Amino acid sequence: MKVRAQFALVFNLDKCIGCHTCSVTCKNVWTNRKGVEYAWFNNVESKPGIGYPRHWEDQQAWRGGWELAGGRLRLKSGGRLSRLANIFANPDMPQIDDYYDPFTFDYARLQSAPLSEAAPVARPVSQITGEKMAKVTWGPNWEDDLAGEYDKRAKDVNMKGLEKRIYAQFENTFHMYLPRMCNHCLNPACVAACPSGSIYKREEDGIVLADQDKCRGWRMCISACPYKKMFYNWESGKAEKCIGCYPRVESGLPTVCSESCVGRIRYNGIMLYDADRIGELAATADEQDLYEAQRRIFLDPNDAEVVAAARRDGVPESWIEAARRSPVWKMAMEWRIAFPMHPEFRTLPMVWYVPPLSPVQSAIDQGELPTEPDGALPQAGAMRLPLRYLASLFTAGREQPVFEALDKMMAMRSYQRSLHVDGKAETRALERVGLSEAQAQEMYRLLAIANYEDRFVIPTGQAEIGLQDAFGFQGQNGFTFGNDSSPGVSVLMPYPRRRRESVESTEQAPAAAER
Amino acid sequence: MDFLHNFIFGVYPYIALTAFLMGSWIRFDREQYTWKSDSSQLLSKSGMRFASNFFHYGVLGLFLGHAVGLLTPHAVFLALGVSDMAHQWLAIVAGALFGSACVIGAVVLWLRRLVNARVRAASRWADTGIIGWLALTAAAGLLTIPFSIGHAKAGDAETMIRLASWVQSVLYLHPDPALVRDVDPAYKFHMFLGMSVFLFFPFTRLVHVWSAPFGYLTRAYQIVRLKRVR
Repeated sequence: MKVRAQFALVFNLDKCIGCHTCSVTCKNVWTNRKGVEYAWFNNVESKPGIGYPRHWEDQQAWRGGWELAGGRLRLKSGGRLSRLANIFANPDMPQIDDYYDPFTFDYARLQSAPLSEAAPVARPVSQITGEKMAKVTWGPNWEDDLAGEYDKRAKDVNMKGLEKRIYAQFENTFHMYLPRMCNHCLNPACVAACPSGSIYKREEDGIVLADQDKCRGWRMCISACPYKKMFYNWESGKAEKCIGCYPRVESGLPTVCSESCVGRIRYNGIMLYDADRIGELAATADEQDLYEAQRRIFLDPNDAEVVAAARRDGVPESWIEAARRSPVWKMAMEWRIAFPMHPEFRTLPMVWYVPPLSPVQSAIDQGELPTEPDGALPQAGAMRLPLRYLASLFTAGREQPVFEALDKMMAMRSYQRSLHVDGKAETRALERVGLSEAQAQEMYRLLAIANYEDRFVIPTGQAEIGLQDAFGFQGQNGFTFGNDSSPGVSVLMPYPRRRRESVESTEQAPAAAER
Repeated sequence: MDFLHNFIFGVYPYIALTAFLMGSWIRFDREQYTWKSDSSQLLSKSGMRFASNFFHYGVLGLFLGHAVGLLTPHAVFLALGVSDMAHQWLAIVAGALFGSACVIGAVVLWLRRLVNARVRAASRWADTGIIGWLALTAAAGLLTIPFSIGHAKAGDAETMIRLASWVQSVLYLHPDPALVRDVDPAYKFHMFLGMSVFLFFPFTRLVHVWSAPFGYLTRAYQIVRLKRVR
C-alpha cells in the first residue's frame, strides 16, 4: 500500500444553474492572456450537446485516454515509438476551429463612427489575426440552453442508444448543465503522453501541472487528454492547463471556480488512495466496472491501518484529519451519489459529479408520474432525463448505480418534505434506499444548505514542512526583476546566481517533551 | 577575393560554431521558457501532416548523411571497404531523395507561413526566415548534385574528398580554406548557407532539435514530483 492524498472535487449538478460564473472567474484569473484567448480551463456545457471543443467526448475521432490492448493499459493514440514517429505532425491534434476562433469586438467604432442614419455596429475582430471577421460562427458556449438545431446537438455521443427522434419533441426534450475542468486524474493520459516529461502529478495533493520551462511544445498532451483540458498556448508555444488554483489550495482556500460558484454546487476535499493499485484498477476489463473499481482505490481515513500507512508515506496529520471530514468521501463513498465522468477513458478522474434530478411539477400535479409515498415527489426512475443518458456520462452505461443515487436523493427530499410540510418524519422512502435519518440529515446539510466550511475542507499545503531555510524563503518570492524566476539550469554556467540562503540557524527547537 | 574566401572558409565556420554552441548553452540555461518547437499546428492543420513530415524526415536524413559522410575519416571508409565511388553515388542518391523531400516540405511550410493568415499573424520574423533559409540551403544542396554526378561519371572523387577534408580540417582546428578554393561555386554557396544555419540556430526555434525526446522511449508513463523534503 502506497498512500497518497488527492485534492478532489465534486460538482452537484442538481443545483447547477448554468450561470458560468465559474468559467468567467477562472478566465479572468488564469487565461485572459495572448495565446490562450480560446482556452477555458473551466467551462459549462449544455447537455445534450457536442461540447467544447466540438465532440470532445468522441474518442474514436480524438483517440484520447487509455485503452486495453491484450489486457494491458495503452494510450489510445498509440505506443511510445509511434508517438515519436508522429511528433512532427500530431495526427490527432485539434485545430483552433474545433474550439472556436477567439474574437473580440471593435467597440471603439461605436464611439468614433461618424453621424449616420443607422446605428454603428461593432464588428467582430479575430484575436489571432487582428482582422475583422465576417461572422462569428462558433463560440465557447454556442449551444447554451439548448441553442441551435436539435440534430446537431443530438450528435452528442451520450445520445447513443437513445431514440433520438423521441427527445426531439418539445414535450420530451431534456437538458442539464455540465461544468467541466481538469479532472486531476490518478492515471493521467496527458502525463503519460508528454514526450519531454514536463507534465507531472504532485505527490502532496495530486494536482497535475505542466512545467512551463520543461514543455517543448510537442503537443501530444493536447490530443491525449480525453477531456480536452490541455490547451496549446499559440503565443508561448507551451501546453497550459488548469492548475487546480494550487496557490489558493496550498493556503487552504478553495479553487476560484469553487469559491465563486453562486449555486454552491462545488465541493473541495481530500481523498486518500492507494497509488500501488492505479495500474491494476485502471486496467479493469469491463469498462462498466470502472466506476466501482475507482471506488476501490480510495482508502478509508478512519481505518487504523490506512492511517499508519499514510503517516509512513508522509501524509501530514492535518491531511489525514481533512480526509476524515472530506465532503468528497461522503458523497462518493458513503452515500454513493457522486460519480466520475466517463470512467471508460480509464484516467481515473478526480472531479466527481452528483447527477441531476429532473422532476416535472406539472406532470406530477396531473398525476402522470409515479410518486414517492408522499404523493408529491416523483420516483427516481421517472424523471425527465433519461437514465441511460446519465449512465452514459457517469458509469460507462451501467444504469443501476445512477438510479440508486437519484433514488437516495429523492428519498432524502421526501423525508425532508415530511418533516417540513407534514411536521412528522416519514421514513419509508429512506428505509427503501437504506439511509438512516441521521444520514439523511447530513446529506441535507451538505447538499441543500451547503455551508462554506462543509463544502470546503482543505488543509494548507504545510510549506513549513518542506522548507529547510524558512528565513531564506521569507521575502524572496513572488515577482522579481530580471530572469530570477528561472535562475539557470546548468551548474557549469559561469553566470552569477542570486544567493538566497540565510545565515540563520536552521536547527529546530527541541520538542517540549525532550527538554 | 582571397580574403573573402579565407574568411568564409577559415573564420566564419568558427564564428558559426561558437554562436551555435555558446548561444545554445546560454539560451538553454537562462531562457527555458523560450526553448520549444513553437508548433503552429493548432492554428492550421491542413497540409501539415504531409509537409511537416516530408521536411522533418528529409532534414534528419540530410543531417545524418552529412554527419557520417563528411566526418568519417577517409581511411575508415577505405578500411570498411567503401570505395570512393560507392561513397559518392550513395551520397548522390540519398542526398537527392532526402534533399527533395526536405525542399518540398520546407517550401510548403514556408508558403504556409506567408499565406495562411493565422499562421502569418503568429509568426515572428525569425520563424518565417529560418524555414525559408533551410529551404534555400537544401535547394542549393540539390543544385550541387548535377556537378557531383558529373564527377562521379568521370570517376573523379577528388571534390568529395576535398570537401570532407575541409570539414575535418575545421573540426581539428587547423582550417585549410585552400582545400575548397577550386571546387565549383555551387558547393561554396551551399556551404555558406549551411554554416549560417548553425549561426542562426540558437536565435530561432531550431533549438528544439537539442531536445529530441528519446528519453520518452524508456521512461515510466506516470511522473510524480515531490515538493516537500522528507
